[in-house]
Amino acid sequence: MSKTLYDKIWDDHLVHTQDDGTSLLYVDRHLVHEVTSPQAFEGLRNSNRKVRQPNLTLAVADHNVPTSDRSKGISDEESKLQVETLEKNCDEFGIKLFGMNDKRQGIVHIIGPEQGFTQPGSIIVCGDSHTATHGAFGSLAFGIGTSEVEHVLATQTLVQKKSKNFRIKVDGKLSIGVTSKDVILQIIGKIGTAGGTGYVIEYAGSLISSLSVEQRMTICNMTIEGGARAGLIEPDEKIFNYLNGRPMSPKKENWDKALNYWSKLKSDDDANFDKEVTLDGKDIMPMVTWGTSPQDVISIDGRIPNPENEADEDRKNSIERSLKYMGLKPGTAIKDVKIDKVFIGSCTNGRIEDLRDAAKIVKNKKVAQHVYAMVVPGSGLVKQQAEQEGLDKVFKDSGFDWREPGCSMCLAMNADKLKPEERCASTSNRNFEGRQGRGGRTHLVSPGMAAAAAISGSLDDVRKFQN
Amino acid sequence: MQKFKTTKSIPAYLPIVNIDTDMIIPKQFLKTIKRTGLGKNLFYEMRYNEKGKPIEDFILNTSPFNDSKILIAGKNFGCGSSREHAPWALLDFGITCVISSSYADIFYNNCFKNGILPIVLPEAKIKELSEYSKRKEEIIVNLEKQKITFGNNEIDFEIDQFKKKCLIEGLDDIALSLEKNPKITEFEKKLSSNRPWIFND
Ligand code: SF4
Repeated sequence: MSKTLYDKIWDDHLVHTQDDGTSLLYVDRHLVHEVTSPQAFEGLRNSNRKVRQPNLTLAVADHNVPTSDRSKGISDEESKLQVETLEKNCDEFGIKLFGMNDKRQGIVHIIGPEQGFTQPGSIIVCGDSHTATHGAFGSLAFGIGTSEVEHVLATQTLVQKKSKNFRIKVDGKLSIGVTSKDVILQIIGKIGTAGGTGYVIEYAGSLISSLSVEQRMTICNMTIEGGARAGLIEPDEKIFNYLNGRPMSPKKENWDKALNYWSKLKSDDDANFDKEVTLDGKDIMPMVTWGTSPQDVISIDGRIPNPENEADEDRKNSIERSLKYMGLKPGTAIKDVKIDKVFIGSCTNGRIEDLRDAAKIVKNKKVAQHVYAMVVPGSGLVKQQAEQEGLDKVFKDSGFDWREPGCSMCLAMNADKLKPEERCASTSNRNFEGRQGRGGRTHLVSPGMAAAAAISGSLDDVRKFQN
Repeated sequence: MQKFKTTKSIPAYLPIVNIDTDMIIPKQFLKTIKRTGLGKNLFYEMRYNEKGKPIEDFILNTSPFNDSKILIAGKNFGCGSSREHAPWALLDFGITCVISSSYADIFYNNCFKNGILPIVLPEAKIKELSEYSKRKEEIIVNLEKQKITFGNNEIDFEIDQFKKKCLIEGLDDIALSLEKNPKITEFEKKLSSNRPWIFND
């Protein structure tokens, strides 16, 4: 029978099928961070269990770490305790950890690929919903809860129910100023935040294969925002080249064997998908969210929708609630909306190509006077690379703050946050109420669009700045 | 794990769709290293004002709903972040049963690991049930019979039989999986010959 890539990865990891239709799957790679793991390790200790495969596990502190000067450690007592707890747990259970002052430290979904820990055809999990990012490598990667983190630590397996197959095909070319962030925002706008619930999405089509590895990660990263737990892309030469020589990539004869296996990872031509959606690159514009759900998205030329035009009662109420929270009026051109802050970073858009994109726009220009703008590189290595290329200087010269790596204002667990009613153009992935700080108003955009907003002082069209 | 068999309570109704886990428990409370104690911060930003004072008319701040064990909510409940702090906060508040027309996958699974029963009902039934919240009348949820009883009415609900069993018996699924240890070991043996690079360190 013909199979999808998801079906194939599933079958290759099947340890046992249980009577109730769920399956025990083997987990090849487990990423751990400080926020969703303490209770899992505590659970292991309480029941006298060990970590079954410490060498298939990699830990990093990212959510809580300060992105300012780290020489004095973490000042917030609770954050400090959480980071220290991770250190202690990793030490006790023999897990490799990139500590806060390690050059390789960074956001968990950025360091996995960077180290070559993320590999095609593998099952990768992490107590974090954006684990879908790793699907860009043709792996089955998804977020799990803390009880499941404990389950994986103890057994190196997970009990799962098979999802349905959903293919999203994007053909054509990206127009100038349009990025993979705009592609995924448009997709979520189209399918809705629950459109992918119960499915694993395979992204396909000529536009998707034309994307760089990092751009693919941005797409897979936000799969969860469309309700699907995992999104993946057939791996190709670009992926293999990217992985070649990374510290944790297979070496020597293992590399050849891996390559042989990886090259066969694709959906059969006649594989059946339960749901399909198609988009054309020429219809994709620079996008921006106006509401409090990632599906509340319009193109930068668009206007804020009017709830009165909604037939569906639930939808009408939720638009009204969003607009009230966002302090926006129906019919306003989104381009006229003034902003207070700009955040460039996160596991969605905190990689080197993202920083290059943004730097190109801000070069020799100044951040608008009323705007505070920050760049938070996704990892220590991204930061280092950017500094080698002089990007830090470009940003600093135009008035951006240049920070240490971490999640930062993507979820505002550390000191980086919005004040009530502050409005932010952000390259992150969630515009939920309070996500970037209580009462804070988030507009999700691409790095180029965030840079354009920083210069203009209001949401703006990045295409204006292309030369 | 705490068992779930049956519960009786006046349900609290939150008619909001897409309630995400950031709303259920905001990130400032994720710094804990424990599972307990989160109940007081459940729905924090809807429940308390900027000064930390309870917002009087928020449903969970009003009697009798401050004692509700059942929460009825709009569709796509629990979307967003995978934080298990969301079910922990619900549980710590006293809520052991959620009723909605749909859930986000991760949240749905997390409920079962913590003795919370998430029930899926069609929208029309949700509307019917929510009347009981407005009238402050009790409803009874019986997992064994897969029935919700309210007034003289009954609604049947569907649930995966294995999940049902785990909830009723309070089974620890790690222990269950560890019973498969020989199969896991066998799989690992095969893995090290078929895909040796996985163990390459
Ligand atoms: S950058 Fe944001 S979305 Fe990504 S892992 Fe960190 S908090 Fe989660």
